[in-house]
Amino acid sequence: MLQYVIRRLLYSAVVLVLASFLVFMFVTVSGDPLAALKITPNVSEETVQNIIERKHLDEPVPVRYYEWVKDALTNKFGTTLLTDEPILPDLWRVMKNTLQLVLVAELLAILIAVGIGVYSALRQYSVFDYSMTTFSFLGLATPVFWLALMLQVAVVQIYLATGRNVFPIANLNSVDPGEGLSFVIDRAHHLVLPVIVLMVANIATYSRYMRASMLEVVNSDYVRTARAKGLAESRVTMKHAFRNALIPLVTLVALNFGTLLGGVVVTETVFSLDGMGLYFVNALGTNDPYPVMAWLMITATMIIIFNLVADITYGLLDPRVRYD
Amino acid sequence: MTERSAEPVAPEPVQPAAGAALAADPALADVDLGLSYDSGVELKARSQWAYARMRFFRHRLAVGSLIVLILICLVAVFAPQLAPYGFDELDLDNITASPTLEGWHLFGTDQLGRDYLSRVIFGVRTSLWVAVFVALLSTAIGTAIGAIAGYYGGQVDNLLMRFTDLILTLPGLAVLLTAAVFFGANDSEVFGIMIPQPMKIGLILAFLFWTAVARIVRGLFLSLREKEFVEAAKAAGAGDMRIIVRHMLPNCVGPIVVNTTLVVAAAILVEAALSFLGFGIQPPNAALGKLIADGQGEGFNLWWLVTFPGLVIVVIALCINFVGDGLRDALDPTQRRTRT
Repeated sequence: MLQYVIRRLLYSAVVLVLASFLVFMFVTVSGDPLAALKITPNVSEETVQNIIERKHLDEPVPVRYYEWVKDALTNKFGTTLLTDEPILPDLWRVMKNTLQLVLVAELLAILIAVGIGVYSALRQYSVFDYSMTTFSFLGLATPVFWLALMLQVAVVQIYLATGRNVFPIANLNSVDPGEGLSFVIDRAHHLVLPVIVLMVANIATYSRYMRASMLEVVNSDYVRTARAKGLAESRVTMKHAFRNALIPLVTLVALNFGTLLGGVVVTETVFSLDGMGLYFVNALGTNDPYPVMAWLMITATMIIIFNLVADITYGLLDPRVRYD
Repeated sequence: MTERSAEPVAPEPVQPAAGAALAADPALADVDLGLSYDSGVELKARSQWAYARMRFFRHRLAVGSLIVLILICLVAVFAPQLAPYGFDELDLDNITASPTLEGWHLFGTDQLGRDYLSRVIFGVRTSLWVAVFVALLSTAIGTAIGAIAGYYGGQVDNLLMRFTDLILTLPGLAVLLTAAVFFGANDSEVFGIMIPQPMKIGLILAFLFWTAVARIVRGLFLSLREKEFVEAAKAAGAGDMRIIVRHMLPNCVGPIVVNTTLVVAAAILVEAALSFLGFGIQPPNAALGKLIADGQGEGFNLWWLVTFPGLVIVVIALCINFVGDGLRDALDPTQRRTRT
């Protein structure tokens, strides 16, 4: 087991280095990040030259990659291209905000999806089951950003009709959020719509999985045995079936982390939330390779860790799984 | 969608008898054996495809979705003839009109008086084109890689699958965005061939979408290569290419087709998100995601500008998923009811 984890981590490190080089090459070779700056009036030749020297832009790509790695390891991912501001403090701030949003959304989504999945499986082909199937088909066919926009449209229409502002449609907090409890309430109020948006697609996926795995378990031999022993139906479903049906979901949730980040990029942009997604989109907008690289490295590391966690928990939950 | 228990038994996949490599010839599969009994009951030998067609057409939702999709495709193909207005045509008498029958502004107009029904029709044209391109290209790449990995196994398999894992660990949308910004922003010329910008977005998407089909094909090939008919073909002296293309691939058609369909839907959604963020398909090319972003810029009191293009995306994605589901039931009976 320990050997397996170490081997996986070593392999992941190699993958990460390879991927970072590829992405770096890709990002730096494809264009001049200073092109826009050079044609801006009032920017002296000297400023441009300074940036070029500071970031070694006139050197060949391997040298620039080496400089970047040095910066990343010794200087916390270095500084941005144009303004020379340190990258990591900004990244920590947005990560904290995103974590709040994602944790709340993910926990709620899992709870609701497990409920829906189990109930649909126990009442297969009931009206409830069919409506939830329809819901998940719709949820999977709806673009995340459009759902976010439609919620905003609804809030604006309610405002136009009644003059009441039901939910804030942008930002993490009001201008003056107050402190303590009132800050928390203000934040929660602002997060309602983004959380709903992030939840929908995940509920659609998770509830399908939960239903499928619950159906499989309910029809298995050991559940029949449990019934034959004369156990109460509630005990059969909750103790014998439900717990085992959860196993595939655990893996799915951990593996879904990358997808979740995608949803965050779009949701945070639409609701202008100061999180990782918006940070990334803004960095892309300025054509600055350095924050983009830092962002990609951190998220790739997290995805690798989550994948490993998924595999390990799967083994812990299901002893039949062998590592090799 | 009800479980159908009275399903005709699915015929085994094309498995020619040992040594008879010729029987894999699809031309022979349709031969009507013409067996008839004296009682007058005629037995008709149905091909695999006939059974698949029967199963598909029994899936009413899938058939309905297919009809809707065909209509949408026709409208997209004949957009210049069918759209009531041009993509950038202004109707200054009807500025910010809410959806109305008057002047055929079914989806309303924006502040410049541009007709959103027409803009959506042109948008569907680009978006569908890109999505189909992505599906075909990624299927081709994925099938080739999966087939080689599954057929040769060993080190080749190991290397190719590690590469597939690498792509799978990347944060998908983020990599797409990066690639679109740093690579896909303009038309460009490669070896004297013009690559239009939407096609570049398609290339980038295809690069991320081939992994699923590669894994499917590899899995199928791993089990198929142990089958007797492959051994027979080998014994008959067939080369690797011939075995892969003529004997093994035809047995993977079902899952591949199903996956291709689902990729079209996924590609439409992802491309819309990219274009919405401003990093996907660039003007002057129309794209549904960009239309929604434009609509957002006009303010939410003009709700129709945001609503209708998005609704069209939902309808297209929904229909494709239903058709994919129907195809799965028809072509891939072993995979039944895993998604729903």
